[in-house]
Amino acid sequence: MDDFLLRALLGGLGVALAAGPLGTFIIWRRMAYFGDTLAHSGLLGVVLGAVLHINPQLGVVLTCLLVALALVLLQRQRGLATDTLLGILAHATLSLGLVALAFLETVRVDLVGYLFGDILAINVSDLYWIWGGGLLALAALAGLWRPLLAITVHEELARVEGVAVFPVRLAFMLLIALVIAVAMKVVGILLITSLLIIPAAAARRFAHSPEGMAALASLFGSAAVGLGLWASLRWDTPAGPSVVIAATTLFALGFVVPAKSRR
Amino acid sequence: MPRAEMAARTISEERRTLPAEPLLTVENVNLAIRGNPILRDVSFRVTAGEIVALIGPNGAGKSTLARVALGLMRADSGRIWRKPGARVGYMPQRLVVDDALPLSVRRFVTLGTPASREQVREALVEVGAAHTLDAPVQAISGGELQRVLLARALLREPELLVLDEPIQGVDVNGQYELYDLISGLRQRRGCGILMVSHELHLVMAATDHVLCLNRHVCCSGHPDHVARDPAYLELFGLDGARHLAIYHHHHNHRHDLHGAVVESAEDGAHG
Repeated sequence: MDDFLLRALLGGLGVALAAGPLGTFIIWRRMAYFGDTLAHSGLLGVVLGAVLHINPQLGVVLTCLLVALALVLLQRQRGLATDTLLGILAHATLSLGLVALAFLETVRVDLVGYLFGDILAINVSDLYWIWGGGLLALAALAGLWRPLLAITVHEELARVEGVAVFPVRLAFMLLIALVIAVAMKVVGILLITSLLIIPAAAARRFAHSPEGMAALASLFGSAAVGLGLWASLRWDTPAGPSVVIAATTLFALGFVVPAKSRR
Repeated sequence: MPRAEMAARTISEERRTLPAEPLLTVENVNLAIRGNPILRDVSFRVTAGEIVALIGPNGAGKSTLARVALGLMRADSGRIWRKPGARVGYMPQRLVVDDALPLSVRRFVTLGTPASREQVREALVEVGAAHTLDAPVQAISGGELQRVLLARALLREPELLVLDEPIQGVDVNGQYELYDLISGLRQRRGCGILMVSHELHLVMAATDHVLCLNRHVCCSGHPDHVARDPAYLELFGLDGARHLAIYHHHHNHRHDLHGAVVESAEDGAHG
């Protein structure tokens, strides 16, 4: 196997492993659009990274946190629903990123690569980022698992039972930001949400426990990465979108396969 | 139901004579939401082994008061004191688990408190929902969910139980069963219970202290006492009073459409 292909596979698997369990929580907490909004702001983060001369991934994490903060502040003023606010933030930050990029004449940024991913161009330092960030996210999620599950089911009940709701929610947002920064190179900011939610959604039919669903989501995501890369080589299609289509195919197949006693 | 029978159901007579240890004290609480007064100068307390019921019409602020007492909402003014370190069990009025989350009843009740399978079974047996142990929490009926919620609260071995409409969705036979269970809890476990309900005659049968709320405390006291109170009769009418006592009363205040008190000429002792 070629080196670039091996790196692509390793990078894709690293992202899929972390995205699966996080994606299940995004589904349970109905935060798909929130994740999408953070991802849209990713490009602005890349520009920020270039301006501040810091790692682009770090720039993405910072920008995601700023957008999450902006959302919390905007939610305080009543009158507009959260999905409206998210729609505004998503497209405002994406446009801001594109405009800011135009001002950076000295910096060459592979726009299509950031928007749709460039998994075949993953280098060794990207791999360190992906696996380091991905494993960190998984470990943090494991630590947060119990209180996060409790506030997902009923926030006030969890609060009475002693869960510090705000720090847990904040930590979860941080994890989403981290995984977006890590996954950007693989599927691009416009397709990241798909890698978070499609494998998790595909896992629902076959899962009987929260942990089972998280593990299955990682498994389906990994399978989608393998299948997508293979299809991309076979038919010379763009790799990131091929991975997403592979995940969607798995999701669709889930409806054909009879689920064993969905209880 | 005849009064004698009702009195027999009143457990307070057999109540253990423990020194009353306060678990929760609410003093002079005021709360307005977006300029709309919800609670006005509300005070009450719950001691160990005591069942306090909050009754009142829809929009009277019952659930809000329970949430303020739990510290889930902040009052604009007033004082809330909970016994430091007291374990609190809470049964929220409404709980819907997303269908996308595969969660069995057993997992659901241990979300707040780790417990062994045996402890979970015991708690579910106690509330009469043992058969739901391995069912997905989305698949059980509303009445079963109420029992399961109570089991989750009990697993915490609470000193203070706050139950918001604990019998909603439960069929009539089950309602009596649950009230017996709740009043039994106080005796077996000695915990204090704050209960929100609008099932008047059941509340009257099982509680020690009733707080009749309509944004302010209209009247409060022992169920027998409250049932004779004009303010109670005004709020619930003869329908609510029929179970307890017939009492001809004169108003000392009225409520306008927003629930605000409109004082009439003579001011009474309550309100």
